[in-house]
Amino acid sequence: MRSIQSSLAKFEEVGIRPIAISVDTPEVSRDLCQKAGYTFTFLSDPKADVIRRYDLLHAGAGIDGQDIARPAEFLVDSSGTVRWVNLTENYWVRARPEQILEVAKTLG
Amino acid sequence: MKARKFNWPIWSGFLLTLIAFLSYPFVFVWFPVTRDFPWANLLLFALAIALWVVGVRRAFALDRGHQAGPLGVVDRPRPRRSKITASILATLSIAVFGFFIFSTFILARRLPASHSAPQISQKAPDFTLSDTKGKPISLSELLAPVNGNAPKGVLLVFYRGYW
Repeated sequence: MRSIQSSLAKFEEVGIRPIAISVDTPEVSRDLCQKAGYTFTFLSDPKADVIRRYDLLHAGAGIDGQDIARPAEFLVDSSGTVRWVNLTENYWVRARPEQILEVAKTLG
Repeated sequence: MKARKFNWPIWSGFLLTLIAFLSYPFVFVWFPVTRDFPWANLLLFALAIALWVVGVRRAFALDRGHQAGPLGVVDRPRPRRSKITASILATLSIAVFGFFIFSTFILARRLPASHSAPQISQKAPDFTLSDTKGKPISLSELLAPVNGNAPKGVLLVFYRGYW
């Protein structure tokens, strides 16, 4: 998240809007954005419906055993087609913005 | 009689173990170069292990020349308390190191396979979700042109959340 925030200008430059999605409620996400200074869009999927539809459910992995999302990134072009996917194998390891920006430049 | 020497290697080894553990989630995870493989933490652990070894050996070694007996200066074993302290600290340190290896190399990799996740050249399923103000937004709205400027795309970042 922090790396996306710090590369936000570069994402804007290539015409890509970052959208963060988790099971957190809008209130929790709002607190997070205020504390951490995130200015991009955060969406809430408290029942994990969309997370399930994307097959990203990590059942029972929350602190109190809630169902949460496994980390994943998708670059979707303006026609709604997936152009790049990153399904990390280790939740500490996320895609680097430079990788995503490289792909973003190739989108029409 | 001289004051008993403080077993600094075991204490600093224990402290360094805690630092090596906590510095991953609090410091090194913010930098991709130290996050993707925790080499900085493993380096700190290696130093800590060297300190434990020195510390434990010191606790169990004979304490040279600390007691002048009738036959001159003699070696005498370290007091039992110092052995117990060293053993406890070494055990705790090993446990912390083990937990670090387990959580970064095993626990963090226990992720669902997500075989049915949208793949390249497939359509991303549309959705409508609330933003931080509670306003519903759909994927198609996010991809629609704003003031005649069509975005090139969106980057969907799914994350575990802060619960």
